[in-house]
Amino acid sequence: MTAVSWFREVGIADRPTVGGKGGSLGELTNAGIAVPPGFVVTTHGFELFLEALEAREPVRSKVEALDPHDLGAATKLSEELRRRVIEEPMPADVEQAIRAAHAELCPNAEPVAVRSSATTEDAEDASFAGLQDTFLWVLDADQMVAKVRECWGSLYSVESMTYRLKHSFPEAGVAMAVVVQQMVDAMCAGVMFTRSPTTGDKSVITIEGAWGLGSAVVSGEVTPDRWVLGKITGEISVRDISDKHARQVPAPGGGIEEIANEAVIANQPCLTDDQLMALREVGRKIERHYGKPQDIEWALDEHGNVFLLQSRPETVWSAKDAAAPVKPTEDNPLKHVMSIFGGRK
Amino acid sequence: MPEAKSFPLPSDLKVVPGTEAAQASYPYYTQFVPEDDQKFWFYNSMHFPEPMHHFDMITAEAAYVALGAFNTRVHVLPTAKGIEHRVINGRVYIGGVAVTDPAEIGERVEQFQQRAFYYYEHWEKLYDQWKVKMKTLIADAQALPKPSLPDYEPIETTHTGKGVASNHALLDIYQKQVEGYHRMWHHHFEFLLLGYGAYMTFFDFCKKAFPEISDQAISRMVAGMEAEIFRPDEEVKRLARRAVELGVDRHFTDGMNIDQVLAELEAVGNAGKEWLGELETSRNPWFNVSSGDGFYHYHRSWNDDLSLPFAALPGYIDKIKSGANIERPTEQLISEREQLVADYRELLDTDEDRATYDQLIGLAHRVFPYVEGHKFYCEHWYTNLFFNKIREFGALLRDHGFWEREEDVFHLTQYEVESAIIDLMLSWGIGAPPRGPQHWPAIVAQRKAAIEEWGKHPTSPALGAVPDVIDDPAIVMLWGITRDNLDSWLSDGDEDSNELKGFAACSGVVEGTARIVKSVEEIGRLQQGDILVCQVTNPTWSPIFQKISAAVSDIGGSMSHMAIVAREYGLPAVVGTGKATQRIKDGQRIRVDGGRGVVTILEDEPVLEEV
Repeated sequence: MTAVSWFREVGIADRPTVGGKGGSLGELTNAGIAVPPGFVVTTHGFELFLEALEAREPVRSKVEALDPHDLGAATKLSEELRRRVIEEPMPADVEQAIRAAHAELCPNAEPVAVRSSATTEDAEDASFAGLQDTFLWVLDADQMVAKVRECWGSLYSVESMTYRLKHSFPEAGVAMAVVVQQMVDAMCAGVMFTRSPTTGDKSVITIEGAWGLGSAVVSGEVTPDRWVLGKITGEISVRDISDKHARQVPAPGGGIEEIANEAVIANQPCLTDDQLMALREVGRKIERHYGKPQDIEWALDEHGNVFLLQSRPETVWSAKDAAAPVKPTEDNPLKHVMSIFGGRK
Repeated sequence: MPEAKSFPLPSDLKVVPGTEAAQASYPYYTQFVPEDDQKFWFYNSMHFPEPMHHFDMITAEAAYVALGAFNTRVHVLPTAKGIEHRVINGRVYIGGVAVTDPAEIGERVEQFQQRAFYYYEHWEKLYDQWKVKMKTLIADAQALPKPSLPDYEPIETTHTGKGVASNHALLDIYQKQVEGYHRMWHHHFEFLLLGYGAYMTFFDFCKKAFPEISDQAISRMVAGMEAEIFRPDEEVKRLARRAVELGVDRHFTDGMNIDQVLAELEAVGNAGKEWLGELETSRNPWFNVSSGDGFYHYHRSWNDDLSLPFAALPGYIDKIKSGANIERPTEQLISEREQLVADYRELLDTDEDRATYDQLIGLAHRVFPYVEGHKFYCEHWYTNLFFNKIREFGALLRDHGFWEREEDVFHLTQYEVESAIIDLMLSWGIGAPPRGPQHWPAIVAQRKAAIEEWGKHPTSPALGAVPDVIDDPAIVMLWGITRDNLDSWLSDGDEDSNELKGFAACSGVVEGTARIVKSVEEIGRLQQGDILVCQVTNPTWSPIFQKISAAVSDIGGSMSHMAIVAREYGLPAVVGTGKATQRIKDGQRIRVDGGRGVVTILEDEPVLEEV
């Protein structure tokens, strides 16, 4: 067990130590999908750090002793624990491992994204629990380490702690993995569902995208272009090109900023038909790999290369799948034609 | 509640002033009567997009006689009987006869299952038998002699004791030809509805399993690969290949004079003669394709006018010589179809669904060769022989002074043609002049004027109250008419929009110059890369698909000829727009989005600079 694992070393089964996001990125990498390279600071890394904190002053017992309905006390404890996570020294071997991995990942000081990777499905679904930190365009190793600490610290946000207490999650099992991944300076980016979000139809792929980084689409700050493609045929049945007034781009000092789109590109589709087909191919490949429809985040770099940033199983419609057959079976197959000739019932 | 829009009643339609006599001479049973206001009718613009010559009404009449018989009495469709038809201002309106009494439906279900299921179970055997019947019928029509009247009866009549004179042969030929035409329509409907029904069953299943699947994806899963409709075009390719192989390809050039080319080939020796032999092989039967859908006498075949297949030859010859492969990749098409069927199957959730899917696609594949193949034999080959035989009567009667032009015969109803023939038979026998030359010319002129006038008056797409549901499988399958269509027709008053909607026939987006082609004679105007905009296409037009960049039609659904051929050629196409030939102007820049079924007129939009 190490504090750091590369994407290529992990898969979806490693979720307990690398989190859902880290496991999925590892799985995709190993499936031959173009994922920007990166590593995961594992739960083991976090636990070593937490042990160091506990050695100085208790952490978990304080959380367990908290009254989840006492907002004042929770706020005070949250401030204290988050400050400790951000400020107190990290075990030297953990910090060295993270910095060494970063140096290997970014030989030319490439910017990275730092994202929390929760280990339980509950936590992933419960985005309100404050466990979905994402820091984009992190420029150097010091900043990267600081952002890893912030991700860890989010475990001690008021929402996160009270959520665990209310649901009686044992504090001993609480851990957090953190993904550190090279950034794609996206020309455009967005999301892709490998089924219809409106009808659940598995024979279509819905793609939404806008100029710049995908964060603008995911956060809903820009109305993206939208396409519906035949998953199998590649036919494009819907092309909704929207007025994309702004895009998110890297800020000079790190992080991202929003800038206005020039009129000439605001109403231009952000993807060509060839790019849509490339995305469709990737979507199909991932869906086949997992055997079920996916909810995917993607980006195109300046050369138009497709990168996958995340893929999760689609949850809304899959709960309804196979509930009833499309058409009841018939003893004599010819009786099926009665649905045409027999009149409406 | 806002007042619901509705279509005019039949009694609201007025005969165009000055054409009353022409209207009155359509058969009495095709005239609207006051009781018809109680019923819903729609304009059958799919089969009859233009005002009908009086003779051509036989194409509606014979078809509805046979369709009705098979729906009502042979297959016994549970919820629908036949189709009634009326004609006003030359426009054919039709309406279904629904069965609504549950007891009657129940009785008919039982009958239907005994009869239709027998057909499904023995489909291949019965279809083989059908082809034999059709070919016999065609041979019978081909064997009918050309009608003619000698000055004196041939001496053989005397020597053989034949006892029947030549004027009787006119009636005999005419009646046999009309009888054969009716028989052809019975054959036509022997399988058609059952075939479409099996296809629609699979179609419905796909729409339920995959709510956003396109019609064209389903069509592609079912489409047959050996269909007769591709054959005429394949023959042109074959002739191009043979021309290169025989070294006579230099004779075929753009704008060639066909008669001159044929004469040259005759003169250049064995290679030329051999090619002419190949041409004969192709012509019979494959050049019997009509330039229309087989409902108008003026839609001629390639055999009547070789200019269309010949226009395609230089292009194919160039491609062959440059090493391009113009063969239809049948094996590839088959494997693509199988892949498509397998890929959709994989998306189904349960074994139960997969079992049903297998049964339905299996049945659809069995019945589909008929659905695709019958048209060549019925609407093209036989219909061509039929109209050409009537033309022979037109020429004979012209020669006896009944009218000026052979084609004028088509201004008479089929019953009037028979009476004109009797007039001539009498005259020949009596040895006195016929009455026709005094009687018909004025009537012909009047009807000619009426048809011209009717063509200037658009007609309502439907008449009467819109039914809540359209539950007639024939109307849904053959005409693609649903409650949704009718609602959109009612709301379709917006003529300002630059967009036209139709059926998405083959995906892809193309911008280019629109070329409005109203008849096959105008096909020569198409330049490489133009977008074809036409009322309807048929197999005759296939060779020009190599030349165009996209296609748009007024009429047709996802299984129409244009849609099928466009998919073969991977050509973006939108069919069934209703009015593309009226709304788009020749030479305008348009955008065709075949995946969405949308055509946009770009004329007034600024052209974006290429970055």
